[in-house]
Amino acid sequence: MGTVILLTLTGLGLAALYFLVASGLSLVFGLADVLNFAHGLFLGVGAYGTWWAAGNLPGAGSDGFGFVLAVAFGVAAGTLVAILVELVLIRPLYSRTIEQVLVTVGLSLAGVALLQATWGADARPFPRPDWTRQVTGILGAQVPNGGLLLILAAALVLGAILAFLRWTRYGLVIRAGVENREMVTALGIDVRKAFTLVFAIGGAAAALAGALGGVYFGTVSPGQGGSLLIFAFIVVVIGGMGSVVGSAYAAVVVGLVQQFVNYYGTSGLGDICVVGLLAVVLLLRPQGIAGKVATA
Amino acid sequence: MTVIDAPRAQVPDELSPQRGRWHRVRPFLPLVALLVLAILPYSTISLPGIFEGPVNSPGTLQLLAICLIFGGLAAGYDLLFGRTGMLSFGHALYFAAGVYGTDILVTRAGLPLWQAALLTVTGGTILAALLGAVALRTVGIAFAMVTLAFAQVGAILVARDFDGLTGGEEGLPLDVSGLPAGLVGVTNTVNLYWLALAYLTLVVFVVHRVSGSPTGRVLAGLRDDERRIGVLGLDPYRYKLVAFTLAGGLASAGGVVYVLIVGGASPHITSSELTLSLLVMVVLGGPGTRWGPVLGGVLYMYLDHRLTAFGTSDAVDNLPAVLSRPLSQPLFVLGTVFILAVYFFPGGLTSLAPRVSHLTRSLRPPPFDPPSIMKL
Repeated sequence: MGTVILLTLTGLGLAALYFLVASGLSLVFGLADVLNFAHGLFLGVGAYGTWWAAGNLPGAGSDGFGFVLAVAFGVAAGTLVAILVELVLIRPLYSRTIEQVLVTVGLSLAGVALLQATWGADARPFPRPDWTRQVTGILGAQVPNGGLLLILAAALVLGAILAFLRWTRYGLVIRAGVENREMVTALGIDVRKAFTLVFAIGGAAAALAGALGGVYFGTVSPGQGGSLLIFAFIVVVIGGMGSVVGSAYAAVVVGLVQQFVNYYGTSGLGDICVVGLLAVVLLLRPQGIAGKVATA
Repeated sequence: MTVIDAPRAQVPDELSPQRGRWHRVRPFLPLVALLVLAILPYSTISLPGIFEGPVNSPGTLQLLAICLIFGGLAAGYDLLFGRTGMLSFGHALYFAAGVYGTDILVTRAGLPLWQAALLTVTGGTILAALLGAVALRTVGIAFAMVTLAFAQVGAILVARDFDGLTGGEEGLPLDVSGLPAGLVGVTNTVNLYWLALAYLTLVVFVVHRVSGSPTGRVLAGLRDDERRIGVLGLDPYRYKLVAFTLAGGLASAGGVVYVLIVGGASPHITSSELTLSLLVMVVLGGPGTRWGPVLGGVLYMYLDHRLTAFGTSDAVDNLPAVLSRPLSQPLFVLGTVFILAVYFFPGGLTSLAPRVSHLTRSLRPPPFDPPSIMKL
């Protein structure tokens, strides 16, 4: 029993990580039709921003309030990079989908190389509060606190995004834009402001994922974003593009499948099962669990 | 019954393209280039700064051979991206299938090379057909993500090293004892170079023939307007599957040659980064053109190898750290160039020549034309 609970909770931790990356990707894709390969870069910036702040920023540290400050700095850095990328690189290519993808591809290559050039290719130990290294006993399972922190953060982010989409004017514009962008434009609303906003939200969530992922894994390396990104893509496709709730469901399914199969089957089999799941979903329900039909 | 020939259409002079000075020679230029490349290993010229050592030294020949392979791979990928408009992020899988397939069959199963190569290319083609059949049920960005996910499975399979087949992180060195003597050893690098050249020629020929055929026109139609092709009564799915399978088969053939040149397989060729760099090559060279992707592939691999040497050279080391560190990362330089290319020369390198000639023509002073009053 203890094993099952442990696997469930660590699977949910993984799911939380996927969700933090995928929610932004899904919103950006749903609204602006941009498949953002540079999303892994935002994650990397968040992770390295936190790492740097914990060591160099006055007041920030690896414990207590200092750690909160460090994470806040990392998230701010990731958000800033996301906004800059949207304004400088994506906006001039408005509605040219393929070129936008190409630019984000170039950005992901160059950005990761830049991180590597600045801080080296090797993984660095991540500063984390001592309590995240410990475990909590839940129903007989010893669950690492880092995973619980991730689950909590993802739940908060999910709630915040949903509340934002549900009860604010900008949220209304974003929801309407995902459904029918032309109509929103025709009503005289500048959707491109919403694009920037969605990029900022996605960048912040990804940067948070980078920071908390660093806590969870204990290290930070330039390539971390890229490998997470592929599973985040799978989550986005399974969940349905443009749907935050769909991403949440899909992230939970993917995280649990991966964790359970990797434990009870061979290591690595879980990852393959996830791709099998993707193929099945695409064959049976090409628009994903809860999304609009993904075209172009 | 008399047949009356229709009168020839009169094309006004200003509408027919101007014949360049070299229009008679142009069709033969590829042959000349092929000949030059074929006899290149006989020359002992050394080009300091461009290559280390003379042209026919094994190191240079190996670099050239890798460049040629990637020229061919990029041309094959262009069949998908530039000519059919399919954005696949999983092309590395079929290349890796060629590399690992040959390596495993030769090293682990002890098959002779020709059997291994034949089996691998057949297997790679079938793999592409099967996965393409699933992936092509989606279109556009979803297709890109699905191919990416499939390629990721390949990467995981190789990295997890089931049954010790692939060697995992360390890769799998090729067992050369069973190979033909002409393909083994440093002194025989020249044969591998010719093999790579033959591969490139094959790919360019196949892509050229396909794109000129009726099928190729349908593919171009799919790129421009898929719905129209459907309305015309053709099945887009079937044509796309043909292009996908063909490109996959060509890539796995490239893998067979690559494993011989490099002498082993390493897991980094399964990564999605390889597909992304193929995309960069095609876009840099000029998608949908005959020579653009080849040029892009050759240039990219050359720069990727040489920029590493450039990055550690004194000229760069003496720069301030802010500049020298990013410059020592080939991917940073190439990624930046790629982004600039997407913005400023979207047609790639091949679109530069017409632009430059246009520029020089407009800069040239116009021929002296006496004002009409003087003629009176």
